[in-house]
Amino acid sequence: MRLEFTDEEQSFREEVRSFLREQLSPDISGKVLNGYELGRDDHLSWQRRLHQRGWGGMGWPVEFGGTGWNSVQQYIFEEESALAGGPRLIPFGTKMVAPVIMAFGSAAQQQRFLPKISAGEEWWCQGYSEPGAGSDLASLKTRAVRDGDHYIVNGQKTWNTLGQYADWIFCLVRTDAQAKQQSGITFLLIDMKSPGITVRPIALMDGAHEVNEVWFENVRVPIENRVGEENRGWTYAKFLLGHERTNIAGIGIAKRELARLKSIAARERQHGRPLIEDALFAAQIAQVEIDLWALEITNLRVLSAERRSPAAGPEASILKIKGTEIHQSISELLMRAVGPYALPFRREAMEAGWQFDPTREPPGPRYASTLAAAYFNQRKLSIFGGTNEIQKNIISKMIVGL
Amino acid sequence: MNFEFSDEQRQLHDAVERYLTEQYSFDRYQSINRSAAGWDPSIWRGLAELGVLAITVPAAQGGLGFGPLETLAMMGDCGRSLLLEPVLSSAVIATAALRAFADETPASLLLAGMATGEKIAVLAHFESDARFESQWVTTRARRSGDSYRLDGHKAVVMHAGAADTLLVSARTAGEAGDASGVSLFLVPRAAPGLVLDVYPIVDGQRAADVYLQNVELPASSRLGPEGEALAAVDAALDIGLAALCADAVGVMQALVDATVDYVRQRQQFGQPIGRFQALQHRIADMLIHLEQARSMSYLAAMRCTAEDVGERRRALSAAKAVIGQAGRFVGQQAVQLHGGMGMTDELKVSHWFKRLTAVQLMFGDSDTHLQRFAALTRVR
Repeated sequence: MRLEFTDEEQSFREEVRSFLREQLSPDISGKVLNGYELGRDDHLSWQRRLHQRGWGGMGWPVEFGGTGWNSVQQYIFEEESALAGGPRLIPFGTKMVAPVIMAFGSAAQQQRFLPKISAGEEWWCQGYSEPGAGSDLASLKTRAVRDGDHYIVNGQKTWNTLGQYADWIFCLVRTDAQAKQQSGITFLLIDMKSPGITVRPIALMDGAHEVNEVWFENVRVPIENRVGEENRGWTYAKFLLGHERTNIAGIGIAKRELARLKSIAARERQHGRPLIEDALFAAQIAQVEIDLWALEITNLRVLSAERRSPAAGPEASILKIKGTEIHQSISELLMRAVGPYALPFRREAMEAGWQFDPTREPPGPRYASTLAAAYFNQRKLSIFGGTNEIQKNIISKMIVGL
Repeated sequence: MNFEFSDEQRQLHDAVERYLTEQYSFDRYQSINRSAAGWDPSIWRGLAELGVLAITVPAAQGGLGFGPLETLAMMGDCGRSLLLEPVLSSAVIATAALRAFADETPASLLLAGMATGEKIAVLAHFESDARFESQWVTTRARRSGDSYRLDGHKAVVMHAGAADTLLVSARTAGEAGDASGVSLFLVPRAAPGLVLDVYPIVDGQRAADVYLQNVELPASSRLGPEGEALAAVDAALDIGLAALCADAVGVMQALVDATVDYVRQRQQFGQPIGRFQALQHRIADMLIHLEQARSMSYLAAMRCTAEDVGERRRALSAAKAVIGQAGRFVGQQAVQLHGGMGMTDELKVSHWFKRLTAVQLMFGDSDTHLQRFAALTRVR
């Protein structure tokens, strides 16, 4: 038992660090470190830089042009990238649909889609949830009916993240209404430019345009864009959701935000003294820091065990629940750290650049202007990706079994 | 980065687990607990034969020379079995304190006796006002010629009644709170002026308040140079704290297992109560606490002998805070989910709960360690 990474892992970490030093532009890292929004071009240009380094297919097997990294390397990359202010990797292409295409897609699909995901040439989004199918995903109603060598798709998807940027969407659709719920579902890849697709933004409480409704009205999808077999989509969907769960805790991002919390709490004054010297506030920071430390080790334990065999127990659910709770606590403490200047709430403040326009200096410190919105936004963490309550059902199913 | 136990560590764990499963049933624990002494010399001999009492004794004193990871590997079994014998107090903490002085004959002889189980020693350090702040020593040792005279009061000294020798810290200089001026003395149980008020603590383990009134000792009973013993005491306490964390994780695992079994078999409203989601989610929360606690017990074991004292203390305070909170949650919820049965003396659940309660209170509670962690973190 040892906490230190191996020499090879350490030198890999150095390699990642030097890549980040050379390739991560201050423009992008500045936005990430200050909590401003990133646009489509920010994400895609970052993906292209990764691709140029040979890291576009992160975590993919080498035969598909991937890095071939194991989960420890993946973890190290994500930690270093987060600490340096690298953009969160948009998971829908590289981490979600790509593994499904590799495992179940045709050779033609693999050749058509994977290189463009790796190269940052095509943006993918997700078509899973529906208004009536959230946690109970298998009750989805979007229909696909065969018409010659096409499917005709009708229905509505929701909570579609950043679909306004997307070129493609992967969708779960019902192809057999008579079969048992899970047995009548098919996995389709749909071009977002197809006639009949409408994307409508959903306004969220933080004011950001992050999620959409996607409507399908007689959308024609060629049969060659079906992954695997008809009515087997639930198997692929579960594979997708179960894939790559060991970095779900977001340890690197939490460490970065904790450091930001401490730095803000050291700068903020309370009766002339740094806020961080307030015993109660310091104890709350300490609490989240020790919880994070414990979770980091829990995460490393899972990675260590995975060297022998893939995680099959409740590990991923533990990481998801505890990780999201920690992220939420930090975002709440960040908001509270700035006192009254968490109150001014201007939509423009979320966009990079606004704070630095001399004609529109924000009322309080610049770093305060995004913190309430970030707190609002982070409430999503315990809801998406399987609510924390669903995760507890999963844990209980595994250990109580009733 | 690797969290696997070595083959040797696993064998040690397996041997201790097998021995305690065979020899330390709940009935046995209860009968030992009801006995006057509150510990069983035959179990002690059995543990000695297994090598448990020698694991951290240096090879030069006939021990196995192992460290905190081997201690970690077997402490969980002690917790799960509700072991009342002074493994933590003597074989871990006092042994660690004595190791610092192993090149001196008295400490060396004592260690050799402890490795075979013939001798039991405990560290009598904390005082009532100290609240687990190790520098807060008011017990005095006054030198006159070739002897010292000790006066003072040590609070809730674990297993003092079972010990042949007490390692008593006392000021030879300075005031309470000073880092220097603390010396450590070997005090024989029979020393005139040494009075023990022995009692059971909440989980049945025995402890004592130790009173020293004009206890006269030869100067040779002082360990190491005068006034410089605090570092060795701190090192021993930190090793002990890590071992205590491992003991607690063993108890938490036992409570999660017992609670899972109980909600599967207990029927109400015509079904096992484990079908109710409110209970399922509580068990999921217990498991999360358990795994976070386990992680911190590993951290504590890996960092408790770190040379950088700040980093060592930071890790141990983080671990104790997490384990105290987790132990409180897991213990309370195990009682709650067992319903009325959880309240009874008849079930092991209440005894495990009380052991976790004792762990919470020992070495400083979670709030104390949260504050220490915050203070250590701020200056970095």
